[in-house]
Parts: sequence; structure tokens; C-alpha cells
Amino acid sequence: MAENSSLSHATATDRPVPYSTGDSNITDTTIAEMRALAARYPVGRSALLPMLHLVQSVEGRVTPEGIEACAEVLGLTGAEVSAVATFYTMYKRRPVGDYHVGVCTNTLCAVMGGDLIFERLKQHLDVGNDETTEDGKITLEHLECNAACDYAPVMMVNWEFFDDMTPESATQLVDDLREGTEVKSPRGATICTWREAERVLAGFPDGRADEGPTGGKATLAGLRLARERNWTAPSGRQGGGDGAAAQTTVSPEAAAGPRPSDQPGKESGTGSPATPDSRKED
Amino acid sequence: MLTPVLSDNWDQIRSWQLASYQRSGGYDALRTALRMQPADVVTAVKDSGLRGRGGAGFPTGMKWSFIPQDNPKPKYLVVNADESEPGTCKDIPLMLASPHTLVEGVIISAYAIRASTAFIYVRGEVLHVIRRLHQAVEEAKAAGFIGTDILGSGYDLDVIVHAGAGAYICGEETALLDSLEGRRGQPRLRPPFPAVAGLYGCPTVINNVESIASVPAIIKNGADWFSSMGTEKSKGMTLYSLSGHVARPGQYEAPMGITLRQLIDLAGGIREGHEMKFWTPGGSSTPLLTAEHLDVPLDYEGVGSVGSMLGTKALQIFDDTTCVVRAVLRWTEFYKHESCGKCTPCREGTWWLVQILERLEHGKGTEEDLVTLLDLCENITGRSFCALADGATAPITSSIQHFKDEYLAHFENGGCPFDPMASTVFATAGASA
Repeated sequence: MAENSSLSHATATDRPVPYSTGDSNITDTTIAEMRALAARYPVGRSALLPMLHLVQSVEGRVTPEGIEACAEVLGLTGAEVSAVATFYTMYKRRPVGDYHVGVCTNTLCAVMGGDLIFERLKQHLDVGNDETTEDGKITLEHLECNAACDYAPVMMVNWEFFDDMTPESATQLVDDLREGTEVKSPRGATICTWREAERVLAGFPDGRADEGPTGGKATLAGLRLARERNWTAPSGRQGGGDGAAAQTTVSPEAAAGPRPSDQPGKESGTGSPATPDSRKED
Repeated sequence: MLTPVLSDNWDQIRSWQLASYQRSGGYDALRTALRMQPADVVTAVKDSGLRGRGGAGFPTGMKWSFIPQDNPKPKYLVVNADESEPGTCKDIPLMLASPHTLVEGVIISAYAIRASTAFIYVRGEVLHVIRRLHQAVEEAKAAGFIGTDILGSGYDLDVIVHAGAGAYICGEETALLDSLEGRRGQPRLRPPFPAVAGLYGCPTVINNVESIASVPAIIKNGADWFSSMGTEKSKGMTLYSLSGHVARPGQYEAPMGITLRQLIDLAGGIREGHEMKFWTPGGSSTPLLTAEHLDVPLDYEGVGSVGSMLGTKALQIFDDTTCVVRAVLRWTEFYKHESCGKCTPCREGTWWLVQILERLEHGKGTEEDLVTLLDLCENITGRSFCALADGATAPITSSIQHFKDEYLAHFENGGCPFDPMASTVFATAGASA
């Protein structure tokens, strides 16, 4: 494939990646965390995917040392672990930047503008698909459907949603990330680094579940309309048999109790001191 | 017209927290269920008529009843939260807004099939959803809803949130099991079905997020309540997800059998100045339909009667600015990328399909290419372990059926006659790439 590397469409995948850089960050702590993950499952091998996420959080990619560590903990061969690691798109053989920026280019997002956004970002960042900017900040990748089609065109930063994007908001977003400006997902938390995100995916929560709203405008579109027009599901079973159940059966009125956000159009759920949806809500 | 049940608490403050969920009546159904015999919970779900919301529409209660209770092995419940069928976007917002609806459903369903461990296999690419699921499970453990001797019932359950790593195929239930066992996500040959030999070779039920999330409401309000909504063979309420060229895309929870015409009306119509061109009823793997199908009841039977499938109720709406060949090529590239490589017709065939469609889109195809495409599709459909291959051919055969002239126009025109800017959401805002 060497002759391909001079072609303009060449991507990172055409360039060799060092098997090992010899500076692995895997420590006894990592191994202990891997063992803890394996102990969560009835059969330890089930923890392999979480363990590979953990490797990425420590190493910034799936390294040979990370593969060997997984193999040792689970009693597998390195080849068996490699076979798994190479199957899944989220596992990266090349170092990923601080921010993994994804642009959905599956059909619906592509048609709604994702293709143009991706082209703009490639130019703006001067990278190809699956490549990282020279400052090591941003890795750009086009994505398959990320289950947010009602917010198309969609982007993801370290697997947090960025909704209803345009070429302008996309370039602003990556500029903010590169400059170190604090960036919040409109339906998630303040953006952490890719490695920190990978640690959560491995199964070590970061305590930030309460940031962000319940959902965005599209999530609540049908519910708001139903509230506006007083549409409800049929009322359910009243009374519930014995005493314990009486208190458990909630009348529509009781259920409607503290519901300050019933007024259509009013955003709810941002709660906390976090700012309301910073980006796209209108 | 709309019947919010699953989405009813989504406008509550911090609806994802246990306290908020309980203020809306959350975990009442769990108390009710734990006073019932497990078999009676299965019966209630059977009687409700709930059918799998992940696309196939298999009756949920019947699936549960296939678990051989005389088998001494452990039983497992696995929730398929690997939502990634193009167009599908209902489970992710549900889990983000109200993860406890799912967790409560998991506990009740696991109790019904007498599972002692349940897994929520969620795709890895949704960080905040995973945070909220982790937190919901921890809150439920602290409240005594998960753990040993739940609410004094003597029932023990552990729930594990498991993040995937980016593979569409893991939404296929047997591939999901292999992935959950720490392997490459490749489908298994059936039989044996997972109910007999699933996770670790043990009896396993795999259900979609929305199916499991519907269980608490059924237990709380009764099977009759649930089956009072919907149509004769497709009962209950469900989340319809509208995306694309409509004024207000989003989640619309309605009884089974509502029509797309009604839903588009609720969503403010097709975007101004344009007309509906084509749509998918349930993701890209369901053959696409056109404006002539606007009044088809969106239930399993209705959509089936016009040659498509209800699927995940992912209604992707494309207006007259969209090139159908471009749309189909992109979906085909997706299937090519996501084919796991196990079966030859799918592994090789999807690459061939992409090559031919690329040629067609660039105006370099011939009418013979269309014949070859259809011939290829015939040789791919139904010849692989799982339905990914069938899904790959659905957009191609249905688009040629409805829009053959547009394929022809590409090579008569020497290229695509559409302006890709015109179809974007920012087309009118004067933005440019």
C-alpha cells in the first residue's frame, strides 16, 4: 500500500503506525481496575470491551501493551484480544486527540447538511477522515447514524451530542475546542477529554450525570403538543388492592404534582447551576 | 391523538433522577409485580399484546414464556440498547430523560423470567446516556430495588450497564450476545434460540429498550388498559420518531396505527415550499415508501400490507430536493461498512452493490447496471445468517421500484441532477460550505 500514500485521497490508514512506542502508561492500578471490571461479570471475558475502553483512557489508543494486559488478566492470547479490538470502530490503533469530533454522514444527516459540514471541517482543520490535527487536539471522523436523527445534522464530540449543526456552528465548535474554551453539549455535560470519556465508557462513572437537560426540543416536541392540546393516554387502573398498594396508585392529579414546566415552550430540567442549553435551543 | 406514557415524565425537572421518577409514580409497578407470581407477570404482558419495539414485532410475553424454567442453568435478561439502525432515535432520548423507566422495566421483566442478572447493552457512542444509566442503576441499588431480597420479596437481582464499542451488527440479538461475551460481534446460527441457549449458553431473553420500558405501565395500569390503545393486532402506545424535512422533527408518542399524514400534520407539515418525496417507516432496512402511502396505518400489519415493515418506527422524511440515488448509495455504504464479514453474500455483495451504485450516481452507469443490481440483491437477500443483508437490499429494490426514472436520469444527465445544498437545513439561511 506504500504507493498509495502519495495520492491525495490517502488517509491515516495508509500510513504505518508503530507497533509500540515503548512508553506505555499501564500500571498496576490499571491491571487492578481491569480485574475489578472482570469481577463484575458472571464470566470475566465479558469485561473485554470495557477493558479495551480502559486501555484507551490510559494510553490514548489501543496499544500492544494494552492488548497484552487484557490478555493476561483474562487468560487469553494477544491474538484473541487483537481479534476483538480490531472488530469495533471505537477502538483506535492510532493516537486520538483530546477531542474526537464526529460528523454523522449517514443518509439523513448527510442530506440535511452533514456532508457539507464534514467537507468544511476537513478544510478548516486541514485533516482527512480519521486524522488528527498537528497540535494533537482534534481527531476528525465521519460517523454512522448516532441515533439523534431528529436533531440532524448531528455532530459528536467525545460521544456527546451537538445538535442541528451548520458549517458555521461546526467550525466555531472546533475553534472553541482548540482554544480551550469551555464547551457544553446541548444534551449532555461540559466536554471532557476523550480519555476521560473512555474511562466512563469502561464503567467508571465521573459523577456528571446530572449536568444538562432532560432532552432537547425535538425530544419534547410530541409531549409539548400533547400538553398544549390536553391529550393524554387513557386513565389507568384506579385503586390497587391492599393497603400498601393504595399509596402506590397515583392519580393523574398527584402525578401532576410538582410540575412547574407544564407550560408549553418552557424548558425544563436544566436544574443545576449549569447554564441552560447553550447552543441550539430557541 | 397523542398518548404520552413513556414520555409523560420527560418534562419533569431532573426527570432522570430517582426522586423525580418516584414523584411521577415510578417504582409503584415494581411493588405490584413483586406481589404477583412471576408467571402472572408473564401472563399480564402476554395479555397486553405488547410486541417487540426493536423492529421485529415479536410478542414480548410469548418470548418470555419460551424460557425453560425447568432448566437448572441461570437465566439472563439482556436489554438491547444498541440503537443504531439509521433513522432510529427513540431509545436514546428515553434513556437520557428517564433511565429509571427502563431500570424499573428491567427489574420487573427479570423477575418474570426469574433471571438473577440483567444486562443493559448500550452502544458506546452515547456518553451522557451511559452516565445516566450508571447513576440510575446505582440509585436503584441504594433504594433497595436492585440487590438481594428486593423489597422483602426474597428476589435477588444484579443489573450491569455494559457499553459497546461501535458496531451496528451488535444490535442483532445473537451478535449482541457474542459481543457481551467479549468476542467479535458476529451473529449465531439459530436454532438454538437464545431462549434455550443464549448468553454463556444459558436461557436468555433479549428485548429492546422500549419494549422493556413499556412493562411498568402495563403492570401498573393493566393489560386491558394497554390493549385499549392501538389496533387489533398491534396494541398499545409507542414512540414514533420523525426526522428529516418536517417543520418540527422529534418524538411523538401515539397509539399504534396512527398514519404518517397525521404525524406530519402534528409535526407542522413538510418544510415550507416542498413536497414529500419518500420516507422510511422504520429505519433504512425497511423498504422506502412514497406519498401514496401517507394513509397507511403505522402498525405491523398496515405497513406490511404495502410491502414494507414497521421496523423501529423511525420515520425519515425526505422532500423533493433529495436525490434518491445519493440516499440509497449512502445507506449501502453503511451496510458495507457494518457487514461483520461472516457470510459471503453479505460481505462480498455489499461491496459490489456500492461499486455499481457509485457508478450510477456519477452518471456512468447503464440500464443494464440496474438489472445487475436487482440480480445481486436477489442473491444477497435471505442468504445470510442475519437480517443485515436483507436490510442492505431493501432501499435498493424499493427505490428502483418507485424511482426508476430517477436512476435513468442520472446517466441521461451524465451525473446527479440535484443540488446537494438544496436539501440541507441551512439551505435557506444563506450558509454555504
